[in-house]
Amino acid sequence: MTTATGTEGRTAPTLELRSVAKSFGAVAALRSGTLEVAPGSIHALVGENGAGKSTLVKIVAGVHRRDSGVFRLLGEDVDFGSTADSKSAGVAVIYQEPTLFPDLSVAENIFMGRHPLGRGRRIDRTRMYDESNALFARLGVTIDPRRVANGLSIADQQLIEIAKAISLDAKLLVMDEPTAALSGNEVARLFAVARSLRDEGRALVFISHRFDEVFDLCDTVTVMRDGAYVSTHLVAETTEAEIVSRMVGREVAELFPKTPAAIGDVVLDIQGLGSTGEFHDISFQVRAGEIVGLAGLVGAGRSEIARAVFGVDGYDEGRVTLHGKAVPKKQPRAAIRAGMAFVPEDRRQQGLVIEGSVARNIASVIRGGLAKGGLLTAAAENKASAPWASRLQVKTSALDMRAATMSGGNQQKVVIAKWLATDPKLLIIDEPTRGIDVGTKAEVHRLLSDLAGQGLAILMISSELPEVLGMADRVLVVCEGRLTADIAREDATPENVMAAATRSAPTAPPTKEPVS
Amino acid sequence: MSTATLHPSQESAATRVVQTLLRSRELAIVIVLALILVVATTRRSSFVFSADGWRDTLLAPSILLLLAVGQMVVVVTRNVDLSVGSTLGITAYATGKIFVSNPETSVLVVFAAGLALGAVVGALNGLLVTVFKVPALVITLGTMYVLRGALTHEVGSDRMTAGDYPAHFEKLGNQQVLTIPVLTIIALVVVALVGYYLHTARGGRELYAIGSDPDAADLYGLPSGRRVLGAFVLCGALAGLAGVFSAARYATAFSGTGSGIELQAVAAVVIGGVAIFGGSGTVWGAAIGAFLLVTINRALPILGISEFWQGAVVGALIIGSIVLDRVLSIRRTHKLVEARDHA
Repeated sequence: MTTATGTEGRTAPTLELRSVAKSFGAVAALRSGTLEVAPGSIHALVGENGAGKSTLVKIVAGVHRRDSGVFRLLGEDVDFGSTADSKSAGVAVIYQEPTLFPDLSVAENIFMGRHPLGRGRRIDRTRMYDESNALFARLGVTIDPRRVANGLSIADQQLIEIAKAISLDAKLLVMDEPTAALSGNEVARLFAVARSLRDEGRALVFISHRFDEVFDLCDTVTVMRDGAYVSTHLVAETTEAEIVSRMVGREVAELFPKTPAAIGDVVLDIQGLGSTGEFHDISFQVRAGEIVGLAGLVGAGRSEIARAVFGVDGYDEGRVTLHGKAVPKKQPRAAIRAGMAFVPEDRRQQGLVIEGSVARNIASVIRGGLAKGGLLTAAAENKASAPWASRLQVKTSALDMRAATMSGGNQQKVVIAKWLATDPKLLIIDEPTRGIDVGTKAEVHRLLSDLAGQGLAILMISSELPEVLGMADRVLVVCEGRLTADIAREDATPENVMAAATRSAPTAPPTKEPVS
Repeated sequence: MSTATLHPSQESAATRVVQTLLRSRELAIVIVLALILVVATTRRSSFVFSADGWRDTLLAPSILLLLAVGQMVVVVTRNVDLSVGSTLGITAYATGKIFVSNPETSVLVVFAAGLALGAVVGALNGLLVTVFKVPALVITLGTMYVLRGALTHEVGSDRMTAGDYPAHFEKLGNQQVLTIPVLTIIALVVVALVGYYLHTARGGRELYAIGSDPDAADLYGLPSGRRVLGAFVLCGALAGLAGVFSAARYATAFSGTGSGIELQAVAAVVIGGVAIFGGSGTVWGAAIGAFLLVTINRALPILGISEFWQGAVVGALIIGSIVLDRVLSIRRTHKLVEARDHA
């Protein structure tokens, strides 16, 4: 292992972790975590899921207590027993989905527990609102401090967390996958804020799966793998390929290995699908053996279209046919019978019975056929699910292991296995690799490619442009609820897909030509 | 109550206050309460406009008022206390016991004893809930039965009657200052104090925060355990005080005293617009809810509705107010999201 130390030792590092370990029972979540973050720097922390990043962050946040190792903040040894300890020591952690109090005002969310007080220890609301406005002004955003937090976008919620961190004068801000749910503009705004915080001399730790962001924003990057520190690099002196290879411990030759497959008959045919306020005049086809990528910005209406096709939501006009037969609207059961499978975006909430076993999850859609006399035994579930689990290389010690304890990649495989057990003709998959580490990502891609090779028609929604370009035979671009482009694999480029995704042309008909 | 105002910063403070008031849930129940009072009084003017009618209108809700305030403080933290009826029964009986052993006991001592006894029960509930992390619904259902059982065992078929309570104590139950019953004045002072605390003290705001999202409260480093414990102690203490009120007003206590009133307290809180899952609502709402419930029960016979239907009317009111809250909340969220999308 190489160690390229990037920071000079002039001032004490804001955060210093050396050989920090943490176990939960017999499971070592973090074997040897090392991280040194200098003031005035943005430090990326990367690693596959399960590499120990989250545990490391939780130790810094005071959620967990380390078992051993050195933990220094601003040069002093610390040991946090609670999140309150870590907060008062100047640490702020901004999670992917901020946990705000939805019923309370924005200002109260910033100042909860330390409201400015006036005479007689009364809360001074005027001052609280003024200070909130001042904080937002510093961040260059306008959020009404009096409105309730309920209904705010994730991006705004993160900004409230950041405002809170500044008002606490946090010296260290840890951002755990903050951009996962943000649109392009919101990411740009967040990065501007992050840079200004850096310029104020604060230290930032930025956790992300998106390398373009790491290379755009950060100055230093630390790689973790299997609960241990691997290496630290100056961003200016390293490459994406080097980081990826350190993360996975091997060179990943091809991240998006879609192999050409014979394209067969039309499986899914959608004509003039429309739903008021969601999407309009959507027409396209998916053929056997074909992967059709549905690209577009978050909120463009891609997931809504998928949900309508599968029958989770209704639609106002148009029709859906599968193998020439009309699929009734708003009836997921009929869609499943007709041969559709749907892997939703939110794996934990919608894709899995998260507290259930692997076998129960895989067998959940076909359980009607497995039951004998209305009774379903665990043995029958295990028997039916075992071949799928092994075929998809679900890494699990036992089929009765709880799905909640698995990594994101393995959970996704369980969801896919569940649907393959129904022998579908069409697989709709929404964000197939969100929150999945690089190594497993490639496995999911290879799996999708194999399935297409076996004649399955796949409709894939993805926000990751490289994934769409690498996997899809055809790229459909959705912008503001309308199809704005239908681009063949060989013509698709990041530029023309992004151009179609950002074009606001509400009246333009869907084009068959690539948009330049 | 939160409002859907999107850019209130650009509005004057006065406009904002008026808007908040107009949109508030509290106003809605005040209007219902006023309607019932008007209709009942038109049918029978003595409902309000007579010495007894006036006194009853104000006095009858005083006990439920105390319970509703305590219950509100617990509910806003996403908990519930079902043991308040049993606590009330115990303190009502204990009050009689104190006076039997020494009829000269000062009223202040009795009040303090009731508060303390209730606080102990509340602390027990609070500790069980916060230490063992068992849902309050289950814990307080348990303590409700245990305490009622203990009371029944202690009292048997015995009962405290008017003769057991000294005259000066019974007089307090009906005493009026400027035509306003003393018990009601005390209850309203409690409402005001608790309301003031919840609105203006850090601790009060933290109760809302804990109910709004307990996980977030932990991440914020709020002292959740201590605050929830405090809420239960306050709720218990007010239930204890309500027991003393009950003894003063009815001059009787037996093994069944206060049985079932815990559900009325929860009903008052819900009707008053306090979210059953915590995080929002006001003490004023809960207090008006208590007033409304008691007044409806008094008014139904006058309106020619059989007493057998009283429970059904209360039930309809609860369902109606929950559905109303839900609809309003969906509309508000919808509006906020819409405003965000068009920003």
